[in-house]
Amino acid sequence: MTPQVGAPLAVETRGLSKVFGSQRAVDDVSLQVPRGSVFGFLGPNGSGKTTTIRILLGLAAATEGEVRLLGEPMPGRGAVVLPHVGALVEGPGFYPFLSGRDNLRRLDAADPTTTPRTRRTRVEEALERVGLSHAAAKKVHAYSLGMKQRLGLANALLRPRQLLVLDEPTNGLDPQGTREVRHLVRSLSEDGTTVFVSSHLLGEIEQMCDSTAVMSAGRLVWQGGMEALRAEGRARVRVRTPDVAEARACLAGLGLEPDLEGPALLAAPLVDGVATEQAVAALVAAGVRVRGVEVSGETLEDRYVALTGEGFDVAG
Amino acid sequence: MLFGRRRTWAMLAALALVPVLVAVAVRIEDPGRDGPPFLGSITSNGLFVSLTAMTVSIPLFLPLTVGVVAGDTIAGEASLGTLRYLLVAPAGRLRLLAVKMAGAAAFCLAAATTIALTGALVGAALFPVGPVTLLSGDTVGLGGYAVRLGLLVLYVALSLLGLSAVGLFISTLTTVPVGAMAATVVLAGAAQVLGQLPQLEVIHPWLFSAHWLGFADLLRSPLDLGSLGENALLQLAYLAVFGSLAYGRFTTKDVLS
Repeated sequence: MTPQVGAPLAVETRGLSKVFGSQRAVDDVSLQVPRGSVFGFLGPNGSGKTTTIRILLGLAAATEGEVRLLGEPMPGRGAVVLPHVGALVEGPGFYPFLSGRDNLRRLDAADPTTTPRTRRTRVEEALERVGLSHAAAKKVHAYSLGMKQRLGLANALLRPRQLLVLDEPTNGLDPQGTREVRHLVRSLSEDGTTVFVSSHLLGEIEQMCDSTAVMSAGRLVWQGGMEALRAEGRARVRVRTPDVAEARACLAGLGLEPDLEGPALLAAPLVDGVATEQAVAALVAAGVRVRGVEVSGETLEDRYVALTGEGFDVAG
Repeated sequence: MLFGRRRTWAMLAALALVPVLVAVAVRIEDPGRDGPPFLGSITSNGLFVSLTAMTVSIPLFLPLTVGVVAGDTIAGEASLGTLRYLLVAPAGRLRLLAVKMAGAAAFCLAAATTIALTGALVGAALFPVGPVTLLSGDTVGLGGYAVRLGLLVLYVALSLLGLSAVGLFISTLTTVPVGAMAATVVLAGAAQVLGQLPQLEVIHPWLFSAHWLGFADLLRSPLDLGSLGENALLQLAYLAVFGSLAYGRFTTKDVLS
């Protein structure tokens, strides 16, 4: 039996949590990935993305919560669902003493639902699709990281899939390789495959995906369309002045929350009901020496950092 | 897959060296009546090389190679990162375990066959070959001997199944294959040490190594298959217990490697 083609969500989780010892690696995550979308799963290193993916694929058991893949409960229906799912999980894993081609043949044979008769052609097509045909006979231990990554993608493409789960697919790839992966994802999406891509690189997700979810420290902090994430960013006003203290008090009086961005530079997100010119008039009236005013829209990166927190601290 | 790997062939080659060493050593210097069982009979009949080589390999070389293969089964896949791809394929956890156990069993058979065949070939090349005098004093021709050698190979392969199952279970506990291999080999050694201590006689029949060297019945006439049956029962019990433990562990395990 094939998974319900009509199920509107390709991936659905409800209240998903995973506890390792005293740490909640994944905390109450409810994902909804629409069919046919290219879904970006964003978050800094250690935010629980890979653990979530492992649970989705039935590699790890959830401490709490439910998972449905292509409408079927996981891990219970894994034997039925997983043949329709191609995956690249936490980097490629291959037998170094076998050639790229033999690795794919073996992994294909591991799935009891594949047809041995078409194996040879399917393996060659997958290799061709990721541009690895010329190196197919080489042993994998001679592959570069980028080549292994491509082979991992080829493995996910061994048969037509309804859902692709790609964990950091461009890791180790050169800029050309990254572009190729983007094209590949786009063309797969045009064929109707749902693509679930995780990444810690915002730019990558921004270019590929039409909807996204953002993880931070195990929690889902945002989920929705890419455009909505962009639009949600608020404009910021920046005021250049030597009278920082007075300016801060004055802006705070208007209901803004200014931060010091430089030695003589205050910045605050604009709030509804306060126009920039109002703020400038109030500053001048208060005797603040205003040397420059600038209004800018918040970049997606600002938005992302605002959601996930700043700095180099890896959650963990 | 197992037999597509250079390491497997290297281990079989090492095992094949045992009868070669035995035969060459005896060829260079007649051992008289000392040394391991059957050694003195080699000069008069080269076919005994197989028996001597088997006897000296059972305590150490065979468990060592079986430990490497069985310990590597699941932990090896985990350390290469291929385990997650096999499971996502989806290979099915029970099916994967069954295939791995079958692979280990095939290696046991290949290992025992390698020693027996190389022994017979090297023995025939270096020494005269003739009808074999059994432990009971009867003499069998080459055909009869071949049957008994075949049974001996089965007996030894069977003897190693229990250890393989233990190795498979240990392999599901870790992602470090060397650890699982070492633990399996250590257990093989420990079982034999326990088997040597008369104070522990109560547990002797329950050790997986209990019948390892008990194949003498196969070399008597009339042929007595009693010890083969007893050994088979013991090994199957180990297979059932440790197979279930491996299943229980592996099917509930979070694959995080």
